[in-house]
Amino acid sequence: MCLAVPAKVLEIENAIGKVEISGVSREVSMMLLPEAKVGDFVLVHAGFAMQIVDEKDAEETNALLAEMKGAPRTVDTIEESVAHE
Amino acid sequence: MNKNAERELAQKLVTEIKTMADKAGRKLRFMEVCGTHTVSIFRAGIRQLLPDNVELVSGPGCPVCVTPDDYMDKAIAYAQHPDVIITTFGDMLKVPGTKSSLGEAKTNGADIRIVYSPLDSIPIAKENPDKKVVFLAVGFETTAPTAAATVLAAEQQGVKNLFMLSAQKLVPPVMEALLSDAQVRVDGFILPGHVSVVTGTGIYEPIVAKYHVPGVVTGFEPLQILRALYRLVKQVVNGEAKVENEYEAVVRPEGNPVSQRITDTVYEPVDTGWRGMGVVPRSGLKMREAYKSYDIEAVMPLAVAELPAPKKTACRCGEVLRGIVTPPQCPLFAKACVPTHAIGPCMVSVEGVCAAWYKYGQGRFEYGK
Repeated sequence: MCLAVPAKVLEIENAIGKVEISGVSREVSMMLLPEAKVGDFVLVHAGFAMQIVDEKDAEETNALLAEMKGAPRTVDTIEESVAHE
Repeated sequence: MNKNAERELAQKLVTEIKTMADKAGRKLRFMEVCGTHTVSIFRAGIRQLLPDNVELVSGPGCPVCVTPDDYMDKAIAYAQHPDVIITTFGDMLKVPGTKSSLGEAKTNGADIRIVYSPLDSIPIAKENPDKKVVFLAVGFETTAPTAAATVLAAEQQGVKNLFMLSAQKLVPPVMEALLSDAQVRVDGFILPGHVSVVTGTGIYEPIVAKYHVPGVVTGFEPLQILRALYRLVKQVVNGEAKVENEYEAVVRPEGNPVSQRITDTVYEPVDTGWRGMGVVPRSGLKMREAYKSYDIEAVMPLAVAELPAPKKTACRCGEVLRGIVTPPQCPLFAKACVPTHAIGPCMVSVEGVCAAWYKYGQGRFEYGK
């Protein structure tokens, strides 16, 4: 439940940010992260931007989140990966 | 980083963990206290990869799982009131109370709406001025500021029919409760990533110092978790106990001060009950006196007759959450209790330890490991 999802800030107006999460645009509150600017990547939790992050942190978290929502497994276990070599 | 490089690094880290752990001369046991870490550890198969003298155990990191039956019973009782609309995150719907679940209440006609953000409750309250809209404020430090900010937004917009049913919980006090529990043995903690985004790393310092047990904050990628484990093993071997941060790109030492201030404006610490652990001192949040008009339990207390009497169950979720037993040691696991027909909350939630064992671990773990 505490998982926050990375998103790119597209617009900010009156403490409401328009962000892009996995290609989908939606509104989030910027109330808890007033220092964020357009173009920043932010972690979004329960409709609120919580922290400014690096872009690269985004990818793995998105895959993990998809699997938690029931998507099929997208990575091998490390053990399986090693065995494949 | 490409996949091959990642594999090589993982393998190297595991070797380093083993070499370091051999110096400890005993079996080391580390606990993760975040449900998303639990899922990530199982997903990457980290448990099977570790040497025999390093063991991972899951703790009370799933908010839905640690919420006791009586909270669900209250939520269901409020949902039965014809003038109440419940708003909630979707993962609460299937959580069993003593007799039924919110999902069953919804099927039977209760007005229960799934929201993505607590803020979504505000337009619902505005559209239904003759109803009381009650948000189920369940979660850890990451979620508390979002509920608190929603209360402040409701106040600012003059919305008077939005309320919280609060079961906000705090991670450091429950870590302390685990360390004081003679049945629980832990040599160090993998500290939560996104809780720490809000709290910062300093919040763990007093516990780490008091109990001389190391902690490392980390992210959710397998390599980050392995690096955190290496740091934990190294601290134990060197006789150290400090808080380290393996997630520096995201977690700042001071956390998110705005979130902390907003939470503190609306909430104050309170003793609260955890599933399987009983009441833990100052481990929850209750609404301050100034915000009591947003607390449904203050505004519209339930009558005792509205709540079912507690019942006995064979579900061992409470012990699973303390790392005392593993899910296969529960008589219900993978038999009567499966994700499609979950008996306990540890199987209901995607972050639940039992659900993770079932999805990623079934048949691939030795009994008890």
